[in-house]
Amino acid sequence: MIPALVATEFKPWIFFGSENLRVSARFLGDFFPPSVEVDFLLLVVKEAWRTIAIATAGMCLALVLAIPLTLASTRSLSVSILSGRMSRLPFAIRQLIRWLLIILRSIPELIWALVFVRVVGLGPAAGVLAIGLTYAGMLGKVYGEILESGDAHCAVSILRNGGQRLQAFFFGLLPQNATELTSYTVYRWECAIRSSAVLGFVGAGGLGQQMDNSMKMFNGGEVATLLIVFMMLVGLADLLSGWLRKIMQ
Amino acid sequence: MIKPQHLRSDAKQNPNPWLRWDCSVCWVSLGLVVLTILSFWSLDLQLSRLLSVDSLQRMGRFLGELLSPNIESKFLLKLASASLETLAMSALGSLIAVFFGLLLALPASRSYAQDPARWRFLTRLVLNALRSIPELVWAALLLISAGLGPFAGTLALAFHTTGVLGRLFAESVENAPQAAAQAMRAQGVPEGRVFLFATLPTVLPQLMSYSLYRWENNIRAAAVLGVVGGGGLGQMLAFHMGLFQMQETSSILIAMISLVVLVDSLSYLARRLMSR
Repeated sequence: MIPALVATEFKPWIFFGSENLRVSARFLGDFFPPSVEVDFLLLVVKEAWRTIAIATAGMCLALVLAIPLTLASTRSLSVSILSGRMSRLPFAIRQLIRWLLIILRSIPELIWALVFVRVVGLGPAAGVLAIGLTYAGMLGKVYGEILESGDAHCAVSILRNGGQRLQAFFFGLLPQNATELTSYTVYRWECAIRSSAVLGFVGAGGLGQQMDNSMKMFNGGEVATLLIVFMMLVGLADLLSGWLRKIMQ
Repeated sequence: MIKPQHLRSDAKQNPNPWLRWDCSVCWVSLGLVVLTILSFWSLDLQLSRLLSVDSLQRMGRFLGELLSPNIESKFLLKLASASLETLAMSALGSLIAVFFGLLLALPASRSYAQDPARWRFLTRLVLNALRSIPELVWAALLLISAGLGPFAGTLALAFHTTGVLGRLFAESVENAPQAAAQAMRAQGVPEGRVFLFATLPTVLPQLMSYSLYRWENNIRAAAVLGVVGGGGLGQMLAFHMGLFQMQETSSILIAMISLVVLVDSLSYLARRLMSR
């Protein structure tokens, strides 16, 4: 406990230093009333849409990357496994793809965004790439798990009867797993909206960037508006994704 | 959903189930396609510039620079202390959150059917607000009062996690088996003691597993919180990357990834051991 307190410089009393108290009180006091100027609200609506758009485009990229990687790495589509053990080369390739997926998802999207802001410049492209890569890793892993945990019988009999692997996927694996796959994708889209709002803090566009600007200018009213819009956006995505998952059942 | 043809009473409808007006799957898919097209169109990603030779070269150079990490012992020592700071932030933040989460979960739950639970709505509102603001935004907000450094990061983790855990704890208190608690209530035992001796013991394993799970999440979150100035590995990363010191950046990235992978594999091992 004590080392942790020291390491985190845990000094709650600095809140109550006179200088600190004055600044915080003024900032928090500015929160009310939230800023409702028409110009600012229009800007916020635009940024909120950009947040949704970054999340959606990022999910699109993630799907484009994750689907082929899943198809290449899932064990249920292995032909050599039909006769006992998987051969060495396919095993090595599947393992390699698994490691790639692990690397993709173990770097947080914020770090990807930080890196891409350096490479492609400030703006939504960095956010889209960051979400695309991290979520490709997550989707690839979970898709693989869903496909492998389902009933392999159909796919195996298609493969045994000389069907191609894509046929085995489309007619053997996809029909029984489609609902689960879609519902996980929708859930991830909701998560992507949450993280794309945050990515703006490192310069990847959207609500976060606007919030960062307003905070740096100590403009409490604008921060309050942005926080409210952010909560509404997250709540809306939550509702929508819940509804989508319900109608799929 | 799409009903098979023979279940339909209305024979005049379009025989193709995908071309009917009440095909909700089709409308949702259409909506998703439109949303995707609008997203790409409005973002103006300049894909041609992104995939140009120049930009690919830049990306290659960048990745190449990342391949030679700084391994001076002095720097590695600093890195180790930043990693420990990250761990300490996550542990302390989670601990504070467990305490306040439990404290807020009590008024946020209706523990038996006749419980008036006057504060339930208000406490849940507070918990939702705490939860829906991500750690990173909390950190940026808290910088103003707590200053740069790990303290702000710790508090940010604590705030967000309090919201998450409070909600989860409240759910598990509400769903706890009621027999023991009812028996004590029937004897006239006051509510506080009923919680301590009946409800808490039944939900404790669940609370523990939620808390450990959140701690695991928080380690990952703590690693990046520093990017906005909240201490730990992230702050170091933002600092060195800002100065374009690629060797140091590379070491920090490696440390971050290994921390995340380590935590993931430890939790995987622990889960396997416990479920055996």
